[in-house]
Amino acid sequence: MSSRIEILNDGGFRSDGRKQYELRDVLIDLSQQGTADGSAQISHGLTQVLVTVFGPREAKMRSHTLHDRAVLNVEMSVAPFSTGERRKRSKADRRILEMASMIASTFEPVVQTTLYPRSQIDIYVHVLQQDGSLLPACINATTLALITAGVPLHDFVCAVTGGVHSTSPLLDLTTVEENDIPHMTVAVMPRTQKVTLVTMETRLHVERFRELFELACEAGQTIHKEMKLAVKDRTVVLVGAMDAGLKGVAVDDRDRDVVMEDRI
Amino acid sequence: MDLDEDDFDEGVQRITGPGESITSSHAFMRGHGTYVDSEEVIASVSGTVERVNKLITVRAVRSRYNPEVGDLVVGRITEVQPRRWKVDANSRQDAVLMLSSVNLPGGVQRRKLESDELQMRTFFEEGDLLVAEVQAFFSDGAMSLHTRSLRYGKLRNGQLVTVPPILIRRLKSHFVSLPCGVDLILGLNGYIWVSKHVKQHEQEGEEGFDAEAVYSNRNDDIDDATRAAISRVGNIIKLLASHFIPLTDAVLLEAYEWAIEQEGSVKDLLLDEVGENLVSSLGSGMRQ
Repeated sequence: MSSRIEILNDGGFRSDGRKQYELRDVLIDLSQQGTADGSAQISHGLTQVLVTVFGPREAKMRSHTLHDRAVLNVEMSVAPFSTGERRKRSKADRRILEMASMIASTFEPVVQTTLYPRSQIDIYVHVLQQDGSLLPACINATTLALITAGVPLHDFVCAVTGGVHSTSPLLDLTTVEENDIPHMTVAVMPRTQKVTLVTMETRLHVERFRELFELACEAGQTIHKEMKLAVKDRTVVLVGAMDAGLKGVAVDDRDRDVVMEDRI
Repeated sequence: MDLDEDDFDEGVQRITGPGESITSSHAFMRGHGTYVDSEEVIASVSGTVERVNKLITVRAVRSRYNPEVGDLVVGRITEVQPRRWKVDANSRQDAVLMLSSVNLPGGVQRRKLESDELQMRTFFEEGDLLVAEVQAFFSDGAMSLHTRSLRYGKLRNGQLVTVPPILIRRLKSHFVSLPCGVDLILGLNGYIWVSKHVKQHEQEGEEGFDAEAVYSNRNDDIDDATRAAISRVGNIIKLLASHFIPLTDAVLLEAYEWAIEQEGSVKDLLLDEVGENLVSSLGSGMRQ
C-alpha cells in the first residue's frame, strides 16, 4: 500500500502529530437542544456529532410498537458540509442506513427497553463534521444523549476505532488513516467490560486482531472516564440549581462544557 | 463505593450515573433507576440517590413524566378513538381519557348514550388542551385520566408553557391565582397552563353545568393588559425553567414583581442578561 502520507513516521508520530495510542481531544456539550428530552454533542478532534433523543414516547406508527418493550428508532443525517468535498447525501443512502441500524443494534441490549412497553425512543444523529472514527463518535454521543434524557441504561457504551499500520496498532483514526490502513470499531460497556459492537469494513490480519481488540477495549475505558466526568458535571450543576432554587440562593451559571486534555 | 447506614444522614445528596455500583443487594432493595447485577445495586440513570429504609432509588435529573394516581396533569388530545380519547401528557405513552370519565352536558349523573359516542368531537377534538387527574393505570403502564370535576376540563383563554416535569413539585393546590389577573395550572407532567383569571362565582356551578361554556372552543375577550400579563408570566416560567429552578407560586410571584419593577417590555425577559438578573434577584429577595 503506497500512500503520499506517512501514517507513522520514524519518530513514532502520526500524520496529525499524535503518538500511536494517543486519542484526539474529546469535547462534550450536554446543553439542552430545543424540545428534545436529551441531547449531546461530542467532538473527537475534527469529527463532530450532535445527537438528540426524544422519548420514551407514544409510537407514531402502531405497527412499530412491541407489547413488551420499547422500540429504538435511529435516524441519521449527514450534513453536506461535513466532509472536505461538499456532497449531498440522501437519508436513504445505504451507508447511512447501515450505520443507523448498527447504532440501534448496539444500544438494544444496553437500554432497559422492557421498562417502557409499547413506547418508542427516537434517536436523531446529526453528523456535523467528519474526520474519521464517525461511528464511535455517533455511539458515544448517543450514550450521552440517552443519559441526559433520563433513559435507563445498563451502562455507558464507549466506542473507539483501532487500526494496524504494518505491525503497529493505532487508535482513534482520522480519515486519512482510515483510507489507508485496516481498521475496526469496538464498543464496550466499561463496568462489565462486555463488548456490544465489533465491526470491520477492511480485512485485518487475524494475528493482529487480538492485540488491537484488547487495546481498543482499554481505550474505551479512558473515553468512559471523560464521558462520566461530563455527565457528572451536568448532573451536579442541575441538582445544584434545583437546590439553590428551593433554598432561594442565586445560582452560579457555570459553563457546562467539559474539555479534556490528558490522554493515554 | 459502598453505602453505609449513616451515609444518607448527612443531608448531602449523592450523585450517581449509569453503571455505577451503589451498594450491596444483600442489605438493600433496588428501586426505580437501579438494577441488580452480581449482587450489587447499580444505578441505571444519572441523578441523585434516594433511600427510604432499605429501598434505594435513583431519581433522574431530567426525564419524562412518571405518573402517579391523583396527579393533576395538563394534556393535549392527539387522537379520537371509539369511546376514548388519546391524550399526550408528556409521559412515555399517550394517556387515555375514557368517554365515561368525562362530565357530559345535562348533569353529572347522566347516562352515556350512543349519540354521545357519535359526537365525541363536539366535546374534545384533536389538538384541544385539557386539565385532568390521573385516575388509574392500565396493565402496560399507560395512564387513564378523568375530568369528573368542575375544575377539570377543556382549557381556553391562555397559553401553554412546557418545562421539565421535575421542576414541578407537589403543592397543596396546583391551581394558582396570581394577583396580576393570571391563573396558572401547574400540571405535574411539566405542562403549565397560563390563562386569564376567572372569578370564582363565574365558574360553572353544579346545577348550572353549562355544556356550551365547558366544551366551548371560543376564547373570551381578553384585554391587552391581561394578554401582556399572561405573556410575561409565560416568559418568566420559560426563563426559570432554563435556569432549572423549581416552580412554586412564591417564586413566580416574586419574579413577576421583579419584572414589573424593571419596567421592561415582555420580551426583554427572554434576554440572557435580564434572565441572569432576575435569577440573582430571586435569591437576594428570599434571604432577607
